[in-house]
Amino acid sequence: MHNGGKLSPFLKGALVVGFLFLYVPILSLIVYSFNASKLVTVWGGFSLRWYASLFENEQILSAVWLSIRIAFAAAAAAVVLGTVAGLVMARFKRFPGSTLFAGMITAPMVMPEVITGLSMLLLFISLQQLIGVPTERGFFTIWVGHTTLCMAYVAVVVRSRLVEMDKNLEDAAMDLGARPLKIFFVITLPLIAPAIASGFLLSVTLSLDDLVTTAFLSGPGSTTLPQVIFSKVRLGLNPEINALATITVLVVGTFVVLANYFMLNAQRKRDRAIAEAMRADAPKLPDVPLESLGRPGRA
Amino acid sequence: MKDAVASAQGAAKEAGQQAYLKIAGVVKKFGDHTAVDHVDLEIHQHEIFALLGSSGCGKSTLLRMLAGMETPTAGKILLDGQDITRLAPYNRPINMMFQSYALFPHMSVEQNIAFGLKQDGLPKDEISARVSEMLELVQMKKYATRKPYQLSGGQQQRVALARSLAKRPKLLLLDEPLGALDKKLRQQTQLELVNTLEKVGVTCIMVTHDQEEAMTMATRIGIMSEGQLLQVGTPSQIYDYPNCRFTAEFIGETNLFGGAVAVDEADRVEIEAPELGGRIRIGHGITGPKGMEVWASVRPEDIRVDIRPVEPGPNRARGKVREIAYLGSYSVYHVQLASGKVVKAMVPANRWYEAGEAEPTWNDEVWVSWRDDMPVVLTA
Repeated sequence: MHNGGKLSPFLKGALVVGFLFLYVPILSLIVYSFNASKLVTVWGGFSLRWYASLFENEQILSAVWLSIRIAFAAAAAAVVLGTVAGLVMARFKRFPGSTLFAGMITAPMVMPEVITGLSMLLLFISLQQLIGVPTERGFFTIWVGHTTLCMAYVAVVVRSRLVEMDKNLEDAAMDLGARPLKIFFVITLPLIAPAIASGFLLSVTLSLDDLVTTAFLSGPGSTTLPQVIFSKVRLGLNPEINALATITVLVVGTFVVLANYFMLNAQRKRDRAIAEAMRADAPKLPDVPLESLGRPGRA
Repeated sequence: MKDAVASAQGAAKEAGQQAYLKIAGVVKKFGDHTAVDHVDLEIHQHEIFALLGSSGCGKSTLLRMLAGMETPTAGKILLDGQDITRLAPYNRPINMMFQSYALFPHMSVEQNIAFGLKQDGLPKDEISARVSEMLELVQMKKYATRKPYQLSGGQQQRVALARSLAKRPKLLLLDEPLGALDKKLRQQTQLELVNTLEKVGVTCIMVTHDQEEAMTMATRIGIMSEGQLLQVGTPSQIYDYPNCRFTAEFIGETNLFGGAVAVDEADRVEIEAPELGGRIRIGHGITGPKGMEVWASVRPEDIRVDIRPVEPGPNRARGKVREIAYLGSYSVYHVQLASGKVVKAMVPANRWYEAGEAEPTWNDEVWVSWRDDMPVVLTA
């Protein structure tokens, strides 16, 4: 990589193939969303008809709306629970079973989703038999399932941020007279806010994308977007799905580009400020006159 | 025990100084490990006291107990007559300047300094008056709205100082106050910091591993090792009259000779020192039994180096020059004696010129000697 900053032809080729592999399918998906033909693989001229029919498809629209609602509700709950769990793992003194606790928090990340989904389904069914709640499978059960899954990710992100944060900041706040709860809201929370935000976005993505857990926990009338797409694909490809995918790519792409732009800008500004601070201090350094000690008697 | 405390207090009163902070028999254990081992210490108002020791000696744990971040396993801490041993950190009239400064990165300089005042619920105009007074004190007025990352190391240190002084604490704790600065900036900042502290008149305890920093800044120093406070005194007391080998070697450089007491009269002690290949004579008695194992500490600057043979007697030996470290105004000679012991001697740069003698060089034979009022006898 470092041979004069130039890539060898082999590396260049590998890079091109890799990018093609990643992006050609997405590109063809976008192109065919503007296809007039009903056949997905045959180009029949430019048309926006699939976009029009997409916005008339009640099933898809309600699935989109349900997915978005679940995603945000699950992310909100996961952020609260995950932050608390991360805080306990990073800041509390070790207690008996703390390793087990940390392992169990992160278990949903490594557990096969089929198991998680199935076990939750069984739990909800027995709960319904025992106490009559939840009465049906739908928004609530999916929300609980997604929250469990996402919470693990938030806990890990928040914990790693807390671990690298200077613990002295909290001690300093306490030393200056702030009580623990206040310290959490005034010092800790603002400083881990970026981790919480990225945990939230990660949760939204995970929830929007989830198919397996949802399949176990959804009931009649509560079909999420991935479920709709999956069932449609099984019945044969439909250019409406291409249109839906294109819109998704557009929205996600815009977000990523904007976020990158703002983050890069902030970083540049910060770097400039740090460089300036260093320069401002430099001339103030005096030349310590070591020679003022003198060297008497040397001819 | 009570009598001893009472008489000590009486002595302090006579001297016009009463203990302001009193640490009595403080112990801190972490599991089996004793981090702080029965420390007793009294500190007077307006004093700048330095706890000096190498890392892991318990000085930081002691400081954290004063701040309230740790609770002593045993013992008491009294500040201005109030028992603060178990007081929560946020209720103590004590503030601390952290080694890493611990400035809140999401707050401006002003907000950082105002933080403690806000916790006390002071009225807004009083907070802003106090903040601008503090900014004035540390000369950071024009940086008031900057964020910590926009400041250099030296500026951050001054903001941290201002923040810890803003609440006018009864006691200020400094944890390695200049440890995060580079050497050149540190020397300049030491005096600046002392001037600020003296201007405010705050009672101050600092923790440091840098003896130069402690000697420059503190009115008194406490030497700590393995959780124990070995010696407390002014910088010159500690340097001139160390009470044990650890202190003698830790503060400055010294040459230690182990030996047994051979003669102990009222006016002199003679120690049979095998490493020297002769006796060490000291011009005062120590009242110990004959044959007692003691050490004599002789500072390099008290040792005279001659190229001509000196008259036989105590406090002298012949050796060979092994190393010469030229340090400008003086040189340090490493002279190896017949026993193999290497003695360090500090020789002023004009020593040979004024005597009209040729400067000795490597492997030259020389004589080292010192006056009998120079060595300090150590029994521990």
